[in-house]
Order: sequence, then C-alpha cells, then structure tokens
Amino acid sequence: MAKKRPAFYHFLGCVTPHRYPSVEKATNLVFEDLDMDLLDMVGATCCPAPGVFGSFDRVTWASIAARNLTIAEQGGHPITTGCNGCFASLWDSNYELKHDEELRTAVNENLAEIGRVFKGSIEVTHYVDALYDTAGLPKIRKRITNPLKGVRMALHPGCHWMRPKLIKQKDESERPHIFRELCEASGAEYVPYKDELICCGAGGAVRTADVKVSLEFTKQKFDSLADAGGADIIVTPCPFCLLQLDLGQVEIEKYFGEKYVFDVMHVTELLALAFGHSPEEFGLGTHLQYMQRKSQPNWERLGINV
Amino acid sequence: MTEYFASGRNEYLPLQPRSFGNGFKAVIQASARSRCITVTTTEEKPAIDIDDVDLEFIEIIKKTGGPNIQNCYQCGACSGSCPAGALTSFLVRRTIRKALLGLKEEVISSPDLWYCTTCYACTDRCPQDVKPTDVIKAIRNIAVAEGYMLGPHQKVAAKVVEAAHAVPLDKESWQNLRVKVGLEPIPPNASGNPWAVDEIRKITKKSGFEKLIGYEEFMKAQKEKAKKKAEEKKAQKKE
Ligand code: SF4
Ligand code: SF4
Repeated sequence: MAKKRPAFYHFLGCVTPHRYPSVEKATNLVFEDLDMDLLDMVGATCCPAPGVFGSFDRVTWASIAARNLTIAEQGGHPITTGCNGCFASLWDSNYELKHDEELRTAVNENLAEIGRVFKGSIEVTHYVDALYDTAGLPKIRKRITNPLKGVRMALHPGCHWMRPKLIKQKDESERPHIFRELCEASGAEYVPYKDELICCGAGGAVRTADVKVSLEFTKQKFDSLADAGGADIIVTPCPFCLLQLDLGQVEIEKYFGEKYVFDVMHVTELLALAFGHSPEEFGLGTHLQYMQRKSQPNWERLGINV
Repeated sequence: MTEYFASGRNEYLPLQPRSFGNGFKAVIQASARSRCITVTTTEEKPAIDIDDVDLEFIEIIKKTGGPNIQNCYQCGACSGSCPAGALTSFLVRRTIRKALLGLKEEVISSPDLWYCTTCYACTDRCPQDVKPTDVIKAIRNIAVAEGYMLGPHQKVAAKVVEAAHAVPLDKESWQNLRVKVGLEPIPPNASGNPWAVDEIRKITKKSGFEKLIGYEEFMKAQKEKAKKKAEEKKAQKKE
C-alpha cells in the first residue's frame, strides 16, 4: 500500500500572502515536489503578532491565536507555517494553553462568544520542521536538480522558531545547525558572520514603534556580513525577517544614506530554485526591494540564465 | 538640576505617543517627560524603601509570564546578550531591577520598554530562569492597561480589530502582486471572509481589548481625519 501523504493545515499569516506572495507560491511548489499536502485554513486571521499583541494584552493575544488553532483542530491535521512570528503565536499559545489552566479558562470564555472551544488536540509546526523532520534531508537532496554551486549564502535564522530553546526544544540556539543543514542542501556555500544569530530588528513591535531603530539592527547585521566578506544571498525562514532584510535595504538607504544590495530569500524560495523551478514560476522578482528600486535579482551571481 | 541627553542616543527616542481622546492624555505627559533621559543629577534623593515595595505590581508580572522575576540576582547576562541594549537606551537588567524595587511608574511610563524586540536571547542565557523577555511583555501589558500605549501600536491594534490582519490586503496592488506570481488575488484567510472579521470583533469586544485600545474613539478620529482631508482636496480643486 502506498504511504499516506503527510498533510498540513497551511497557516499563511499576514506578510506572506499580503506582501511576499512569492513565498506562498514557492512553498506550494516545494511541498508538492516533496509529496506533502497543504490544506487551506479558511477564515484564518492574523496569528496575532506575538511581540505586538502579546505585549498589549496576553489574554486577547491567546484568544485570537486559539481561534486559529480551532480551525485546524476541526480538521485534525497539524498546522505548518513559514513565519517565525506566526509560529511563535500559534506554538506558544498552544503550549501555554495546555499548561496554564487559568489562561485556558479565560480564552475559552472568549471563544464561547463565537461558538468555538480550544481543545489542544493538534501540533503546530514550522516549514523548517515539515521539511527537515517530515520530508527529511535525503528526500530533499534527491529532489535537487539545480544545485546552487558557488553561490555564497549567509543565513538569518531569526528568533522565534528556536527560542526560547528550553521550551521549544528545536535546536541549540547558540549554535543552531538544523536551518543551516536545510539551506546547505540547496548546494549553496554557507558563509558565517558574527551577527548571524541576532534579531533582524523588526520584532516586538519595534518596527511599528520606531522603524529607524529597527533598521539599526538590520544595518548591524549587514555590516557584520560585509566584514565577513559579504555574500550573494541571505536566506531566512521568516517573511517578516525577509521584509526587514529586503525592503529594509531601501529604507536604510532612505534613512541612513547607505546602500546595501543583497538578494534575500525565504528558505522555500531557495529550495524552489534548487528544485529546478524558474524564478518566474514563483515571482522571485516581486520582492519589495526590486519593486521599489525597479531592480532585479543578481541573476548572474545566482547562476541563473534569464 | 542638570538633565543630560543620553549622548548619541536621544535622536532615537522619537517613540512619540499621540493622543486619541481623553484616555491617552497620560501618554503625552509621560513622553514629554521621558524624551530626555536623566542620567545623573547632583541632588540628594530620598532612599528607595526596599521594605515597602509595590508587591501588587510584582505579583501581576509573576502571573503574566514572569514567575521567577524575584530570582534575579542582577548578573547582567540578559543585557549583555541584548541587541536592543547595544543600540538604544533600553537595559533589560535595569528594567527588572526597577520593577523589583517597586518603581512601577518609572518602569511602565518609559519608552525604553518598547525597544525590546522579544528576540529571547536573554531568556536563553539567564542563569536564574527569570525569562526576562516574558517579564518585559508582562510589564508592557501593565503599561498598556494603565494608558501607556504608543500611537503606532494603537493603530496596528485597531487594524487587527478592523481587518483581522495586522498587515492587511488593503490595496489592489497587493492583489495584483499575488496574481503576478500565479496565485488567486485573495487568499483563503480573513481577507476574503468577512465572517472571520466578525468573529475577531466579537472576541475583542468580549475580552475588553476594544475598550483597552480605545477602538471606537480611534476609528471616529480616523474617519473625521479622512473627511477633513477629502474636503480640503475638494476645496483645492475648486481653486
Ligand atoms: S540574566 Fe537573569 S539573573 Fe541575570 S540580571 Fe538578567 S534577569 Fe537577572
Ligand atoms: S528579548 Fe528583548 S530584552 Fe531580551 S535580549 Fe532580546 S531585545 Fe533584549
């Protein structure tokens, strides 16, 4: 008998479907290539942003997140999401609601208003988990038809997939290796830099409060990467980090008068390229950096003929 | 009394809370005061009475995510790991110490509080399991409840109540971008499902969140602003 295809409820969040749809498209391609199904979560909302709403009112944050969880609970499949922020909201609320009786009661009182109840019956995963644990590296490696040989690749793993490490138990957050192995499967060459593991600057409602300060974080990362000899691409598992690192270059130019030119990709976009999909197939050129600068990815450096 | 601007940093203190009706007056006063950071003074001060700390404040923090705050022994591993601490005037260790000393008003009214990106680097290194990130988030909850919410934060909170998305599909150009990459113009989330937005409204009403952020007043002010703008435009056209 054929093995049953793994199926995930696909939690899109806000930034991917509304600002970086190329990530959504690339994800569809990559999951299909790896024989994994993505199911629509009809009526899902903002996760809601953990550092933002969690900072305003914890119970409301957990209630809106729990509402999203109930959509998946009804269908009985795990959730997967490609956003560190969405992952944090959904995973953390799922965890906290299972461990905090008082919070759960308060949340279910709110959910009763709309005829829903949090049961705690499903798991929340990140694309990184789905790719690394469910599909697995051997399967991914087999699927690579266009290894990105010679492409110098810097990583920005971001924060909320692997931290807090003792609760999430995903990776050693001081020396993580899982995201790196996943990206290295593409054939690109990993370039370490000192500030690889610091935050992009966008989280915790800082970008909303003060975009200039948030860009200082980003700039620090870019400078650290430049000190390490630079890279052709920066890869991240999060669309909000992607926005900060990609559109952030345009904003840094505006606020600080310094021009950086990095091609930034979501990990599913990287894999889509390595799986032999053309960049037009998922619209790599629609990243906001290119749209605003009226520029294009550096195809030559990426080894892509267009 | 001499007030020093924290050198080189004060230009990054434009966290300017705006007023949206009476409920937010306190925010403005706080911002006016804290736009410059008093680093040192030559004055003698009354001692902080450590036998009379605001235990209620600490209890709420403990309940809202920081149960181990009283285990902090001020080693500074948190601030030493903190990217925000390196770039702004925010120091997480100081915030925690102040909270433990019961300096509630100082802690919740400081714009510094909003420079933490919740990256959890401190949480992964704190030897006392204080979970500084969650402590900061708990203190922010208290700050918001007491009226210290920043203008841009009120705006994004209102967005979620209004559209169920913090970053909504609010322009045709975003839909076009989706079509360009080969997707449906509207995703299956709340953007195309008004019933989902209704559900969020019901939750935020019930939880008191709408009241907390002054949603009705905010939307009314927004509408009036838009109306005024439209009228001005009309008048300009006539000229
Ligand atoms: S690392 Fe922990 S114990 Fe040390 S100062 Fe920070 S909160 Fe306190
Ligand atoms: S979570 Fe906040 S306080 Fe802790 S290291 Fe990150 S920015 Fe600093």
